[in-house]
Amino acid sequence: MATTTEQATRTASTRTTPITPSFFKAMFAVVQKDLAAELRSRELLSAMLVFSMLVILIFNFALELEPDIRRKVTAGVLWATFAFAGTLGLNRSMAIEKDRGCMDGLLLAPVDRAAIYFGKVISNLAFMLIVEAIVLPMYGVLYGVNLFQPGLLGVILLGSIGYSSVGTLISTMTVQTRTRDVLLPILLFPIIIPVLLASVKASGGILSGAEFSEILTPLNLLIVYDVIFIAIAFMVFDFVVEE
Amino acid sequence: MITVKKLVKRFGLKAVLRGVDFEVQPGEFVALLGPNGAGKTTFLRILSSLSRPSMGAVNIAGYQLPHQAAQVRARLGVVSHLPLLYGELTAEENLRFYARMYNVPNYELRITEVLEMVGLENRRRDLVRTFSRGMQQRLAIGRAVIHDPDVMLFDEPYTGLDQDASSMLDDVLRSVAAEGRTVVMTSHDLARAEDLATRFDILSRGVIAASSLRSGLKKTNLLDFYKKALAD
Repeated sequence: MATTTEQATRTASTRTTPITPSFFKAMFAVVQKDLAAELRSRELLSAMLVFSMLVILIFNFALELEPDIRRKVTAGVLWATFAFAGTLGLNRSMAIEKDRGCMDGLLLAPVDRAAIYFGKVISNLAFMLIVEAIVLPMYGVLYGVNLFQPGLLGVILLGSIGYSSVGTLISTMTVQTRTRDVLLPILLFPIIIPVLLASVKASGGILSGAEFSEILTPLNLLIVYDVIFIAIAFMVFDFVVEE
Repeated sequence: MITVKKLVKRFGLKAVLRGVDFEVQPGEFVALLGPNGAGKTTFLRILSSLSRPSMGAVNIAGYQLPHQAAQVRARLGVVSHLPLLYGELTAEENLRFYARMYNVPNYELRITEVLEMVGLENRRRDLVRTFSRGMQQRLAIGRAVIHDPDVMLFDEPYTGLDQDASSMLDDVLRSVAAEGRTVVMTSHDLARAEDLATRFDILSRGVIAASSLRSGLKKTNLLDFYKKALAD
């Protein structure tokens, strides 16, 4: 015993005192890891993309609307597509962490757990934005609507931030259950309704050429919801990941 | 190095740990043995700060859990029966990610050292999903030592390994312990535990039922000691 203790003391004395990484360093490590893994497998992005395209095609053939009415339903169809495709991405993103016990690996790191949460939010947001960037021109062609308007892109960004921040938190909870695929949309959609409603209103207003003052209310609501949801998720993430 | 006093863990009304007292000196290699459901994994999850104790005190390397969990985690390396590795990343990408999460200085050099230690230097650019279970477990040990921790926790590290892979893991575990780290390992494999550990603790019905140093087992073997502890 004395020998092992002496050896331990000797070896331990050569070890440096660990310095925990900064919040941003840990956060970007998580983002970089997620992007690198997805670039290689492309499982998550391809599933989201194919699903989005199918939804848009189905809406296109099912509704068979006049061009004028098509323009009016654009905001709703777009956000329904993003919301449904988003759940696929969130499920997959967290399943990767759960399947090989990697979530435990993340939680064992001596970092602020909020850094892990924000790292996952940024990754999920990046995946959503990539899918949206591909879906928008496709939708524009099928429905004959110009969607590349700075105001609309801003609303899509804000809506996606709200969706990813809440979605990441809820998917962290549901991934620990056996029925995670079913449970995520059931829990997520009721909570995310304010974000989706504000996004649809603001997007619809911009697409119909409404005055800025008319879209100011949903836009403000969207910003407030984003801030509230991010703050709540930041506060409760630590409790969500604990047993 | 590790001091646990009157540790209780309840899941609802069920108490899995019922007042565990446990102490490990620096450099000791403790095998924590016990039947299924004895609470070994729960105990290690509490030591590794992944689970909160219901009652009791846990001190690791001078830091209290759960209040100083980040300081404890910086000094801990944990290996479980799951590899905690990303299949779509290569061996070195996995180690690089964890090195960044632990703020390891000069991590490229350390990654090479660790890969050599676990015998995977020639597979460093291969995707982890192409590795056998034994190779993944060796890389998992590499992941756990990347930040040069003082304390290592192994939870059933031999689960799912064949004879060859288990023998290779023995060598890696010996080299980890030879570097003077404090090791706590749960296992069902009494022969391997007897071969590696310097102390044996038997966890039964949520308490440490018996404890013995290797030197205390000269007259009897570990199997008899284990059976007697469970029977008492």
